[in-house]
Parts: sequence; structure tokens; C-alpha cells
Amino acid sequence: MAASQARKAGLPIINLLRVKGMPILQQLHLEERLLRTSSQNWCIINDGTTRPTIVMGVSGKAKELLETDAVLRDEIPVIRRFTGGGTVIVDQGTIFVTFICNKDAISGLQSYPRPIMSWSSLIYKNMFQGIGEFSLRENDYVIGNHKFGGNAQSITKNRWVHHTSFLWDYEISNMGYLKMPTRVPEYRQARNHAEFICRLKEYMSRSDFIDGTMDSVASHFALRSLDADDIQNSSSQFEPSSRILTRQELGEEASMELVGTVSQISYMAAISSTCPTSKIA
Amino acid sequence: MARSLWATRAASYLRINVPCRGFATGSDLPICGTRVGVTFHGMYLLYVNCENNFLSIHAVLKDLKYADSHEWVRVEGESATVGITDHAQDHLGEVVYVELPEEGSKVEQGASFGAVESVKATSDVNSPVSGKVVEVNKKLSDSPGLVNSSPYEDGWIIKVELEDDSDLPCLMDPERYTKFCEKEDASR
Repeated sequence: MAASQARKAGLPIINLLRVKGMPILQQLHLEERLLRTSSQNWCIINDGTTRPTIVMGVSGKAKELLETDAVLRDEIPVIRRFTGGGTVIVDQGTIFVTFICNKDAISGLQSYPRPIMSWSSLIYKNMFQGIGEFSLRENDYVIGNHKFGGNAQSITKNRWVHHTSFLWDYEISNMGYLKMPTRVPEYRQARNHAEFICRLKEYMSRSDFIDGTMDSVASHFALRSLDADDIQNSSSQFEPSSRILTRQELGEEASMELVGTVSQISYMAAISSTCPTSKIA
Repeated sequence: MARSLWATRAASYLRINVPCRGFATGSDLPICGTRVGVTFHGMYLLYVNCENNFLSIHAVLKDLKYADSHEWVRVEGESATVGITDHAQDHLGEVVYVELPEEGSKVEQGASFGAVESVKATSDVNSPVSGKVVEVNKKLSDSPGLVNSSPYEDGWIIKVELEDDSDLPCLMDPERYTKFCEKEDASR
């Protein structure tokens, strides 16, 4: 549906920001800032991030969720994000789609986790007709019973964010940094990571998925495309809560404090140096 | 869907079968979607929803005040205890983590002071009153599920020393909160 038609149909306006390769921490900071300081609706599509990065939910405990020795050895950044949910490892093969909306943006939608989750699945449902058996299974997007998209949310008094990381492609070796979580969906049925997840690229091309998502968003909203320059940080006082965990928080021994300090500096420098400026798609 | 002990006791008192299949056995309750007001040990019951053969009963206590963001407050002199309502905990689902404020920090009416995490979502908890946090419920660190099982008792979240009582008229009484919840659920 064209934007002008959508507006005529009385659909809510949403700002669409499409980027490529935005570092995941930068994306999370942007999302949280827009959630807390903007009064507009937003859809952010980030086509891949930079280096492999582990992202835990707000209450995630590294020792329980990660193979911390390997994570420390290979200097994999670990971020604790501001939304709930589980742990993912993201990289260039991950496609991110985020909705940040006012609670009354979508008619009849209550701003509670389950209704938002159900609504979000409507965005993608039609894209898989004739391609794969898409469904929302508990809180995951699946094809058949294989997960390809993980979801998380944060809900404030008047707004909510729902973001998804899609496994367009992934390195199976990266899954070795993640332990089997204690809290798993029932449909997982004790399957390991490799048996549980699937690659979206086996079902459609990257551009078809992103274009299809944008078309679907355009049928639910009146799109207003923006670029990164339009959303320069005007809320300089806002402090996002998503952050990179220190080596000590990942369990590096306290007795190695001096070595840890040096390694922490070099670890943070390594992360900073490999996060290029995001590109607008 | 998470079920609280309050709702379970209420269902038992009313002899309501769950899942609901039409009229409840042993009572003359009307069919789904109608409010029931029954006083039970000081509790005012809200019969919210019967959807897909599943009955939700949410408790609203008579001696509390309520915010439109679904927090409750019990005021005793210059002190107040705050938590989230049975309606809220049921809609959020199983609470797995509670982010608590620091004791001694200030809270402001309507502003977020913490959050609860339920499976995939963090949800702000907003203070219905202004004042200073004098105590947080440390039990919630090890047992966040108390928010689900006992939202008005063991699942309390913070205690506040009130600035003054000027915030209280903005809050809803049990009757108004009950209607508020009904209207919110009916708008789905």
C-alpha cells in the first residue's frame, strides 16, 4: 500500500530507519533513547552488525549462560541489553527489526507482552506463504519447529519496544559460546543449538526478506523514511542502560587484577576499533 | 497465564471450574464478560474475561488505592507500600526478575522506579506516590514469583515515606479501578 493511501486509510505514522552494519550496542542505545525520549513510532531495520557479539537480556548472568572461559579467551564482547529475554550471539548474518510504538498506536492492542508478541507475528506471516511453515511458537518465530527469530521487549507506561534478531545466517562455531539455558521453551525439547535453529537464507534472499518486511510494515503503518542524520542525539542527558560487561563481570579471577586491568583496556580498545561507522542502506 | 493464589482462592470460593465451559457449576454466575462483585474476606472480585474457554479472575482489594498503570498503594499514616496489581501480574506472565531501586532514593508519582521482567519483556513499575524509598522487598531477588503468587502481600515491592498526601486524590479507589480494568480489557 502506498504511503499516501495508508495515510488516507488512517494508519498510524511510523518513522522507518534502515541501516546496514550498525554496531549492536549503538543500535540498542538508539532504541532505548527513542523509547524513553521520543513520542513518535519507529521501525528500525539493521542489516547485519559488525563483529560477533553476545547479547544477554536484562537479568542475564554470564556464568550461567555463557562458556565464559572461551568468551574471555576469544575476546567476544558481551552486552547486557535493556530488554528482557534470553541470550543471542549476533554478527554480520543477523538482521534486526525493531518496533518502538506509543501504546495507543495500534488500535485494540494492549501494551502487554503477549498481545505485542502476537501482533508482531502478523508483520511476517504473509511473507512466508508458499515458502515455509511460519508461526509464532511461544515467543519465537519458527519455520516448522526450528527457530529463526528471537524476540524481546521493554514496556514503559506509554510506549513499548519489540525487537527481533533474525538468523539469516550464522556460524555454528559461535553457538559454542552459549550454554544451554535453564529456561527454554517447551517446543525446544532438549535440542542443542544446531538442532533447534535454522537459517533464514535457506528460505529467501536477504534483500527479499528486508524488502518484504518493509512492504509489510507499509501495510500496517504510514511510512516516513528517515536517515541517521535526522535522528542526531538531541537528548544528550539520556543515559542508556545497555552496556558491555567487563572482564571481571565475566568471571575473570580477581587475583589477576593488574593483568585484568590491562587486558580490560585492550579488550575495550579492541571492541571500539572493530566497530565501524554504520552505513545507511 | 500466571495464576495468583488470590484468584485461586476466589475461584474455589465461587466454585468456578477452570477452564470455563459455559455456566459455572454450583453458582449462578452469568456467562463470560460480566463483572461479578463479591465481597470475600474484604476482597472485591473482578470477573474479567472468559476467552478460549479460559477464565481469568483478578482480585482488587478494598483497602488500597490504584494507579492507571496498574500499581497499588497501601497508605498507613506517612508510610506507603507499593506493588503491582493482580490484573497486571496476570497480563505480564511469570515474573522472573525484579529490578529494585536503592533504599533512600526518591520516587515521584507516575515515574518509573524499577521494572519487572517476565520471560521476554521488561515492564516499568511506576510509583503511585512521591516520597523516599525506605525499604525494598529483598525477597524478590530470590523469589520474583511472589509478585505473581501474592501480588498484594508477599509480592510488595517498595515501602515509601510519603512527601505528603497530595498525590492520593489522583489515584483510583477499588470500584473505579475495577471499571478501568474492565474497560481496558473490553477494548481488545
